[in-house]
Amino acid sequence: MEGVWGRLFILKLIFSIQGGDFTHAGHPSSEVKKVLKQLDIDGKTIKNIVIALYEAEVNVVAHAWRGTVDVEIDESKITILVSDEGPGIPDIEQAMQAGFSTASKQVREMGFGAGMGLPNMKKNTDELYIESEVGKGTTVKMVNNFS
Amino acid sequence: MKVSEIVEKLKLKVYSGQKGLDREISGGYVSDLLSDVMGNAREGEVWITLQVHQNVMAIASLKDLAAVILVNNLEPLENTVRHSNDENIPVLGTSLSTFEIAGKLYQLFNQ
Repeated sequence: MEGVWGRLFILKLIFSIQGGDFTHAGHPSSEVKKVLKQLDIDGKTIKNIVIALYEAEVNVVAHAWRGTVDVEIDESKITILVSDEGPGIPDIEQAMQAGFSTASKQVREMGFGAGMGLPNMKKNTDELYIESEVGKGTTVKMVNNFS
Repeated sequence: MKVSEIVEKLKLKVYSGQKGLDREISGGYVSDLLSDVMGNAREGEVWITLQVHQNVMAIASLKDLAAVILVNNLEPLENTVRHSNDENIPVLGTSLSTFEIAGKLYQLFNQ
């Protein structure tokens, strides 16, 4: 008989993000999507995770100086930690409002910065936690349970 | 309906991603806001936009879209073309405006 420990697994992935580097935005999301497909996670859950992670990545690229994405997958859930060194968010409640944005003109011209990122992340995760310190950076934790 | 059929019927230019021309289309989505497409477009849709940079392809790939149509004779940037070829998601083009091409695509879909 297989013991409890035989069935447990934890998979970790780590990516770094450079502020301002829009050419690589989406790389961590794409890798995570591939891994989840290989693990046979259901399509709807993968779609939700990809949307939330992509938005988190774009936030780092658009606002911060640099950041990391730490992904931890076990049998029941995926936990994604996106931490950046950046300007931080003075008022998280305000930032969560649909349409609120502090993105630059260039970022908006690319079609980002419409104030939909954080609401998209909220909508597509089971748990979302944001901690931020002005002038230091922001950490976003997202959890999606596998059905 | 396959991507190749709308290329033919709507007289679209094929900029890149030729290998994806046999992708099956499930519908269309029109938006120039990337987060809107990220949040609301569905798998297999054709995305009509005026954005030409490579983040368009990142989103098309993450969302498993069938193809991208650039309006008003806009051309994709070089790395957009590269990404489109890597992912086999065609980037198409038209001289028509968003309104006109969306109308034609909608009509084609509801025949």
